[in-house]
Formats: sequence, structure tokens, C-alpha cells
Amino acid sequence: MAIIQSNEFVSPGICKMTVAFTGAVLPGQFFMLRAWDKDPLLSRPISVHDYEDGKLTFLYQVVGKGTEILSCLKAQSEVTLQGPLGNGFPQIVGDLCVVGGGIGIAPLYYLMKDYKKKNPHGNCRVYLGFRDSSYCVESFNAIADEVNLNIGGIITDQLKVAASEVVVTCGPEVMMKSVAKVTPAENQVYVSMEAHMACGIGACLGCTCATKYGNKKVCQDGPVFLSGEVFYV
Amino acid sequence: MSKQLETKFNEILFKNPVVPASGTFGFGREYEAYYDLEKLGGLCSKGLTLAPQSGNTGIRLWETPAGLMNSIGLENPGIDAFIENEWPHLKSLDTVTIVNVGGKDEESYLKAIEKLNAIDVKLIELNISCPNVKAGGMAYGMTAETAGDITKKVVAISNHPVMVKLSPNGDSVAEIAVACEASGAQGISLINTIQGMAIDYKKKVVVFDNLYAGLSGPAVKPIALRMTHQVCQAVNIPIMAMGGISTWEDALEFIMAGATCIQIGTMNFINPLAPIEIIEGLEVYCEKEGLSNISEIRGIV
Repeated sequence: MAIIQSNEFVSPGICKMTVAFTGAVLPGQFFMLRAWDKDPLLSRPISVHDYEDGKLTFLYQVVGKGTEILSCLKAQSEVTLQGPLGNGFPQIVGDLCVVGGGIGIAPLYYLMKDYKKKNPHGNCRVYLGFRDSSYCVESFNAIADEVNLNIGGIITDQLKVAASEVVVTCGPEVMMKSVAKVTPAENQVYVSMEAHMACGIGACLGCTCATKYGNKKVCQDGPVFLSGEVFYV
Repeated sequence: MSKQLETKFNEILFKNPVVPASGTFGFGREYEAYYDLEKLGGLCSKGLTLAPQSGNTGIRLWETPAGLMNSIGLENPGIDAFIENEWPHLKSLDTVTIVNVGGKDEESYLKAIEKLNAIDVKLIELNISCPNVKAGGMAYGMTAETAGDITKKVVAISNHPVMVKLSPNGDSVAEIAVACEASGAQGISLINTIQGMAIDYKKKVVVFDNLYAGLSGPAVKPIALRMTHQVCQAVNIPIMAMGGISTWEDALEFIMAGATCIQIGTMNFINPLAPIEIIEGLEVYCEKEGLSNISEIRGIV
């Protein structure tokens, strides 16, 4: 159980929840959240948007019954957390280029912040794409060296990756595939995958993802993979 | 530890009657981060087949009210890899390890059973009821005749006791259980998932690549309880019951219906500590009711 400190809409259908939490949390990891009994049955996997000074933040989209219930929780109420889970993003060597689409921007903020903390002289460029309206762009602006925003278009049309950059992307699979495609083969591209999940810890095999090296579990072996591993066909 | 929950399933002694169910518990490793597996009465391996299986394509999970549909398709590393990589660890645990075996035809069942003869398994759970893939053997589990036939052949060559896991999707489950008992089964487990279907009306398509899928979770509990009761009335071999058990109260209901042990399935996904909480709940219940052993209330309804 964790105590909710705040839980507010930042844009239509997009909610930001901060809870009290202590322990190590890596960028790219996620938690299973629930605040209900048996309907819906499963907990909801939500990625870490930010973590600092005992405050853990989730940015999530209201898409169904579970996230609807989460979005209605008030400050000081409780939410059940299980995690952190998953492998998280790797340590970035070189400059960083992040490409986020829609709610896929959620885990990229903590990644970028952590990168800047560890690499004060490293360069971090950001591409954010939204279908209708943007959100949380100012928080990326406050830390990134460059932010490119695209609303209603195709973010990868603008994308130019420098030789020194490691690319990290999260968003719709079609966008991530496109990022991998337009990035030169010499650059590493990491993608954060999404899948229906039941347990979140590698037991149910519900989130299995076919990779170049056979089946992998998105929850346990991922959610972060090298693009060549998952987009190999 | 108190002896109030000690349970004998034929000659096999379980510390308590609580066993995580096949397919919801991997080979146990994922749950070791949450508790000591030796607290469990036993544990049941992921369903194994002779050859490795990569499982079904497409969406594998779909929620329903208080339920979960799955179409995993028996993804597993195969018997040889299990014996090499997982068995040494499982063998070292002081709990009853049950190995779940599926097959696509008689030959693959029997070859898998032969391989398991080489290791010291306490109990085989013969899966003739996975609804999601041909290799799951549901075809064998649909009638008393086919279930009895495969059971007889497996029992004849197995060095280990065989418990047959029944499907709720075929003929009268009690008749099938009777046929398995007559064919030498030393126990029955039930129920496997109930075959269901999901349609994505927005996309105008069926959700699962395999068309139908298996429903589990609290939604199926009343059906599982009824079938457990019917089978317990029909046979004299012990029953390991499951189907939507999520609390110690649920577990108790199945024991009152006649189950010797109970398995926890889908609830492992919701609360990894569920089996432990159920064990603790049953202990408190025995204490409060003044039972010297849980068996005193078994089959009382």
C-alpha cells in the first residue's frame, strides 16, 4: 500500500499520480497498480514517470475500467503497488535522443532526468509527438537541450539522429518501428514495449513477445529491448 | 509449524493442502522474491510437453468481469530442458513438486512420462484438458472413454502416481473421473479453464488467434465448486480442486465439498502472496473451530 500525495488530470484523459515510495527505482521500470477488489481482476502495469526524494510519479492515460478507477483516487487515499518490475533502460553511453509518442512519453522523462544527472555534459535531445493536444512538454523543456514537438503529424518525419546518440523510444509500435527504420544502423535504438499482462513478474507468459532470440517476456526480460531484437522481420 | 493443515493425498504428505496451480506459477522462481516456497504444501509446474512449445500467437490475455481469459498455448521449454534446468532447483525444495504433463498424441504423452521416470517426482498431473492447443490434450479429456484410455496407458508406464487434470468442457465430469479412477489414476484435479470466446466489437474481429480461450478467476468459482462436489461424490481417490479460489474462505468451501488439496491459479497474478495468506487463514480457522486437523471438515456437505 502506498499513500497518494496527488492525482490530477494534466490534459483530457491523461492523469498524473504521485505516491510516497522508498527504494531503488530505475528509469524504464514499471509497477503493477490496483485500488479495487476483483473487478477488474488484474492490476495495471504503469511505467515510472519520475522518482525523486521519496516521491514516485506515474503519468497514465485513462483507457478502461482500471485506469478510470485510478484517476478518481483522491490525495491521502491508498493504492496497492507491486514493483518496481522489469529491466529498465540501460546506462546510456554517449548522447541521448528520446522519441516519445502520446502516453509513451511517460517513462522517457525519468530517463532523461537520470541521464542529465549522471552526464551533466551529455547532450539530450527530445522528440515528442501527440495526436491532438500536448502535455508535460514544459517538464521536458526544463531539462533537455532541445525539444521537438509534433502535434497531429508524424514525429519521425522530423527525426535526425546524430552519430553520437543512443536513441530511446516509447509509444505506438508503428512509431517505434519507424524510429528504428529511420535511424542509421550504427546507432543503438532501445524500445520500450507494451503488452497485455497479468502477473507482471514472468509467471503467466501472457505478455510474451517474439524476438530474434526466441520468446521473451515483456514484463521480466523487458519492457526495454534493442530494436533489432524485437523488430527483426 | 502446526499439524492442523497436514494433509495426506494418498501416501503423499503435504504440509498443508495449498498448491499453486500449473501455468500460474512458472517453475516457482518468480515467486521466490515474495516468499519461501517451502511454506507451500506443494507446487505444480508449468504444463510441460515432450518437445518445447513457443505457444500461441496474438493476444494471449483478455479480462472479463472478475475473470481472465487466456490463450497461452502451453509455451514451455520441453521435458528435457525442464529436467536439466528446473528440476535440480525444485528437487532441493522441501515441498511436494507436481509435474504437469500435456501431449498432442499418445506417443508424445508416453515418451514424456518415460523421461519423467528418471527423476524423483512425487506426483504427475496428467493434463488432458488444456483448451488452448492441440498439444494440451483436451481431445482426450472430453469423454470418459478417451480419458480412461490415455490414463490407463500412462499409469501402466509411469513410475510415479498419476493425478488426472479434468476439463470442464466435455461430458459429465463425474463420469470422466470415474473412468480415470477405474484406469488406475491415483487422484483427480479439476477444473482446468472453461472454454470461452471474446470478440472485439470495435475492430469486428475475434480477440484470440486461436478463436476460443480458457476462462479462469473468481468468475468461475461456483461452477468449479459444483464440479468438485460432483466428482468427490463419484470417486474414492483424492481430489485436488481449483477454479477461482482467491481467499481462505473459498479454499474452505472446496474442502467442505470434498477436496483433499486445493490449487491457487489466477489469484497468483493478482496477489503473489495469495497462497500464503490462504494457508494462514486456514490455520486461524482451524484454531478458532478447535479442529485438530483440517480433514475433520472435509466433505461435510
